[in-house]
Amino acid sequence: MASAAAATATASGEPPSLPTLLLIRRVDASFAAALRERFSVLDFFASGEPLPAFLAAAGVAPDPPRAAIVMGGGPVRVDAAFLDAVPSLRCIVSTAAGVDHIDLHECARRGVAVANSGRVYSADVADHAVGLLIDVLRRVSAAERFVRRGLWPVQGDYPLGSKLGGKRVGIIGLGNIGSLIAKRLEAFGCVISYNSRKSKDSVSYRYIPNVYDLASESDVLVVACALNKETRHIVNKDVLEALGKDGVIINIGRGANIDEVELIRALKEGRIAGAGLDVFENESEVPTELFSMDNVVMTPHVAVCTSESRSDLRDHTIGNLEAFFSGKPLLTPVLL
Amino acid sequence: MSAAMSLNIAKEVSAVVSSAMASGGSPALLLIRRVDAPFAAALRQRFRVLDFFASGERLPAFLAAAAAAPDPPRALVIGGVAGVPVDTAFLDAVPSLGCVVSTAAGVDYIDLHECERRGVVVANSGSVYSADVADHAVGLLIDVLRRVSAAERFVRRGLWPVQGGYPLGSKLGGKRVGIIGLGNIGSFIAKRLEAFGCVISYNSRKPKDSFSYKYYPSVHDLAAESDVLVVACALNKETRHIVNKDVLEALGKDGIIINIGRGANIDEAELVKALKEGRIAGAGLDVFENEPKVPAELLTMENVVLTPHIAVLTSESRSDVRDHTIGNLDAFFSGKPLLTPALP
Repeated sequence: MASAAAATATASGEPPSLPTLLLIRRVDASFAAALRERFSVLDFFASGEPLPAFLAAAGVAPDPPRAAIVMGGGPVRVDAAFLDAVPSLRCIVSTAAGVDHIDLHECARRGVAVANSGRVYSADVADHAVGLLIDVLRRVSAAERFVRRGLWPVQGDYPLGSKLGGKRVGIIGLGNIGSLIAKRLEAFGCVISYNSRKSKDSVSYRYIPNVYDLASESDVLVVACALNKETRHIVNKDVLEALGKDGVIINIGRGANIDEVELIRALKEGRIAGAGLDVFENESEVPTELFSMDNVVMTPHVAVCTSESRSDLRDHTIGNLEAFFSGKPLLTPVLL
Repeated sequence: MSAAMSLNIAKEVSAVVSSAMASGGSPALLLIRRVDAPFAAALRQRFRVLDFFASGERLPAFLAAAAAAPDPPRALVIGGVAGVPVDTAFLDAVPSLGCVVSTAAGVDYIDLHECERRGVVVANSGSVYSADVADHAVGLLIDVLRRVSAAERFVRRGLWPVQGGYPLGSKLGGKRVGIIGLGNIGSFIAKRLEAFGCVISYNSRKPKDSFSYKYYPSVHDLAAESDVLVVACALNKETRHIVNKDVLEALGKDGIIINIGRGANIDEAELVKALKEGRIAGAGLDVFENEPKVPAELLTMENVVLTPHIAVLTSESRSDVRDHTIGNLDAFFSGKPLLTPALP
């Protein structure tokens, strides 16, 4: 920290100024304080300006920013226009697990290093995926609604759910998150298979080279992959057909991993049995057809949202920034 | 069909016919449980079923008629229906009973001491439901810690575009989970939660040496050292209100409680008070003291998850319990030990 500050000390011996940091994310008070201790922060959301004006001003400032913290998704895309506006940037630190909002090729072309949140969120996302799966199979939230509406004394019995043990679970994407999901579900007696770009020899789960076949051999499909060109709508109409009328799908990846229109249709027509969704193609909009379905569980992109991961993320983000400013390798670089 | 096969079948049929003729038909069976069609059919194949719910009679008249019949029932299948305890009065009404097969997960409605005194053997549901109950307990725990159902309500009310962010939940990994009762269900819960990185401790009548989890002789101390308390014990004299005001105090304002045992394992009035006053952080409840009544104060709380006693309700366990019940009945009627005896 001291060396980073010293690196920007002025020639006249004035106290070294802190390196400039672009902040394009809402942060809580402790995160903001931790950043201000170390950096001269240009805070987009505090500025109230439109993004292009904010970036242009940062780009021509006396000590322009060499690093940026960028939120995942939302309106911010780190693309050619973004990088043109702030040519001083050499490092982008994403606070999201996903980096689909960052043009990795453009960054690589310009020698801009990219870091993501590494494993900070992985356990929380895996826990949430399992929570959604249990909720759909055992109808937890639907039963909750039944009780809160006062229907228990009136209507008596509640419809049967479906046992977890013995269910064949197909995981699309066996990265950090996918493998933590697998480990949890094994404890419930589920049988795990997966699809990935390549098979992973270090795991004993069954590898199925294409998603369609994975779906036809699964009772539950879990989307746990990154969003990129290859995985957009990786769950399409065919895959939903293959999953079948007793099948359930869980999505904690990105909304666009699933063809949402086809998913809604399949649910309406009973061609799949249910879904647990934390992500949607156009957040915060959720297709209203889902609101009347009892076999769907919907959460507002909260899979990463625990107070523990908030503080972990703060520490991890600062760790990446300090590594960059002291000329060391990033903790969690994202490579092409 | 081969000649050998048809000979074996003929032998079996003649054995059944001769035993039926000897006893004047299939043995009589008292049935005090609503059963689905496959279960009813399986029972009727083997027994002359005296079906209480089909009779439309009141219980005393039904039992008196059964007891007075020429071939009174030696066995009872009962499902823990509210209001039908298998107690002294019940056993007096049907003195022919030698076996009670409970299809419920718990046997708190059966006077085990009275049955033992009369030489009436009792079978419980063994581990038929254990995985499903454990799965539901974990589902409730994740739901409370991660606010799944509350977040669901938020989305369904259309609040996501309007209010944006949703309050933070709490991570499972590293949470200290104290399980009250480390039987089939409790140990299944422990195994599942270990996969999430939870740290398991427990209280039980006696420590269980086959497990490496930390044992606490007192529930108060277990609660004091836990972030999450899970009630997974049977209901009996010793465990009524085992979670009382004192234990809730020990659990503390960041603690949560999950109950998949029986409502009366927890002092419900104290629990509601503790939740209202923020003296504990949340609760996941599948059982209540006066089902199907749920205390009205709970219905508006965002930090509780309430389900209508469904922890055993999967289609798979429906068929498992049918097979298991018939297994116990077959054992009794062929003079063999019960598969899953319940002892006092």
